[in-house]
Amino acid sequence: MKKIILGFFGIASFCSYGQLQGGTVTGNMESNVQYLNTDTLIGATAPDQKVVANTYMNINYSVGKFRAGARFESYLPAIAGYPAFYSGSGMPYKYVQYAGNQITVTAGNFYEQFGSGLIFRSYEERALGLDNAMEGASIRFSPLKGIDLKGVIGRQRVNFFEGQRFLSEGLVRGLDGSINLNEVIPGFSDSKFKISIGSSIVSRYQATNNDTLILPKNVGSYGGRIDMRYSRFYLNAEYIHKDNDPNEQNNWIYNTGHGAIVNMGYSQKGLGIILTAKSLDNMTFRSDRNTIGNQAFINYLPATSNNHTYNLAGTLYPYATNLNGEVAYQLDILYKIPKKSTLGGKYGTDVHLNVSVATDYERDTEAANWEKNRVSYIAQPFAMTDSIFNFDFNLHVKRKLNKKWKASAHYYHFIYNNDVNEVTKLAKHYITSDIGVVDVSYKINRKHSIRAEFQGLFTEKDRGNWATAVIEYTISPKWFFTIMDQYNYGHPDERLQIHYLLGAFGYTHNSSRFMFMYGKQREGILCVGGVCRPVPATNGLTFTFTQSF
Amino acid sequence: MKKISLLFALAIGVIGGSSFINTDDGGVGKTMPSVMLENLDGDQINSADLENGGNPIVISFWATWCKPCRLELNTIMEEYEAMNDSLGLGIKLVAVSIDDERNKSKVRPVVDAEGWDYDIWLDTNSDLKRAMGVNYPPQTFVLDGNGKIIYSHVGFVPGDEEDLYDVLGYEPE
Repeated sequence: MKKIILGFFGIASFCSYGQLQGGTVTGNMESNVQYLNTDTLIGATAPDQKVVANTYMNINYSVGKFRAGARFESYLPAIAGYPAFYSGSGMPYKYVQYAGNQITVTAGNFYEQFGSGLIFRSYEERALGLDNAMEGASIRFSPLKGIDLKGVIGRQRVNFFEGQRFLSEGLVRGLDGSINLNEVIPGFSDSKFKISIGSSIVSRYQATNNDTLILPKNVGSYGGRIDMRYSRFYLNAEYIHKDNDPNEQNNWIYNTGHGAIVNMGYSQKGLGIILTAKSLDNMTFRSDRNTIGNQAFINYLPATSNNHTYNLAGTLYPYATNLNGEVAYQLDILYKIPKKSTLGGKYGTDVHLNVSVATDYERDTEAANWEKNRVSYIAQPFAMTDSIFNFDFNLHVKRKLNKKWKASAHYYHFIYNNDVNEVTKLAKHYITSDIGVVDVSYKINRKHSIRAEFQGLFTEKDRGNWATAVIEYTISPKWFFTIMDQYNYGHPDERLQIHYLLGAFGYTHNSSRFMFMYGKQREGILCVGGVCRPVPATNGLTFTFTQSF
Repeated sequence: MKKISLLFALAIGVIGGSSFINTDDGGVGKTMPSVMLENLDGDQINSADLENGGNPIVISFWATWCKPCRLELNTIMEEYEAMNDSLGLGIKLVAVSIDDERNKSKVRPVVDAEGWDYDIWLDTNSDLKRAMGVNYPPQTFVLDGNGKIIYSHVGFVPGDEEDLYDVLGYEPE
């Protein structure tokens, strides 16, 4: 604790010194405070403390080519639904950096990504309680324009308990290189054909402590990527191989793993088409082989589906990548019906169609020899089965009617496999649902606007049908007021046909913002970037303050 | 331990509170930090090298899944041509996408389908977002002709664009 306080004053004096010397301090803070009530009907339980709070503050200081920074975090205790291992206050993130013209060196904590992240990505997603920051050193070197080399070494943050951050047992080492051929090859820079290539290798070292299995101490993973564009067509792909890595997630099998992502598309003004294909088998790569859940990931396995933002579409049956592996495809078509046409209207009309499907992949157990080498099956990339994990069809139409009115309509059809990623105990197998949304906004005058949203979700399973209405009134640039009612009118148990009524208002001053929210929130799934976390039902007051400086 | 934690939380509160009262917040008066990222053509960009021949630059953090962000960029687009063609203000807008790998491939089709003429940067692992102290998108900055940040605003509701135009010295018809 003393160390933290010393560090705190150290940085504070460093910052004030910096201001004298013409350095720059930037940063941000966020505070979420909840006062919780118990509400047995919706299943909300207040903790003994009644008041819970998460607070974060980042400070970066830079002068010339040097930069240093730290993040304070405090969970006193953590807000409802946040992972239980977040508790106490401390400074788990601090770094110093030199950023020259060709070389950048960082010591301490850092975030980094190689290629698409399929082999290595350390990042934070505060809303979900995800943070796998590296603690060690990184270097980035650009010997020539168009060539970029990166190296990282360190352990990952996996835990923050009683003010102490805990690091992974495994040590992560990685190298990555990328070459933009248009910039490197003389005379190629003006070509319509653009191409860049890259390659990475990442390895984990972890001591072994298993009596029955001979585990590999070093597990390697490597692969390459390519990015090409010709005129309006483009294609990018990455393939990563992972050596055998027996771990808790894969049930201690000695199979190798693979990950492949391919994006191809066509894009011109007013029209965009993109097809994504993804194949993952045994590709969870963690800095501790004994860990499961969302912690200690070395790599990032993105979900292949649209990120839905309307409440009923985004939080009841959301899809996240299956960690054991899957084959998935996604198609997006975006089109702007031109303005001043019969169909497009005066300002044009935006249409977006998105379809995605994810299935299990084929495991050939005949070809494997379990007795001999503990390899339990052989998998071929992109070999689908008819066992669907998730199917998602959605269509969006958006139009500006005149200077005052805007409207949009949205339709979703989901088939969700609740046996594979369980989101509810009330249903088995497939949950099919249809969702409709209408969103209308009206600009009253320069400063005042009003917006209304009506959503309906229809399903014969789980908790039945839902209806949601939202009304939002905003006064630019300072105020907003919102009322939302979610009504579970189709619940099979009549006592549980509940209104979840929630009111909120907020105030913005330049880059500071606070918000008060009072009412009932149903339990649901909070997803950011394809990673999801269940959040419990709550009843009470939430205060949020965010600021950047 | 508890006392210290409380003190600690209090210290954060005081610092946050005092900077809230201070009107020079949101990075106003500072310059762009130096972060390496890519533009939509895959070229390496150093954010500190950003310049616009002495004219102002708007920096807007957005994501494909962020509705207010897209509303903001669509709203400004309606005036972007007039701002630059008829008035010759020479304003450049850089839209920094914080979409991660899941949605990064959708950035180009979204930009094209919306018909935006902005410079697009890809901040796939949120490095620039962190360096500029952005909590959640949208957040919009204005840099003056000397590269100094003179305006910072978080969130977007209809009408906020008028404040931005005031800062830029632009008057829509």
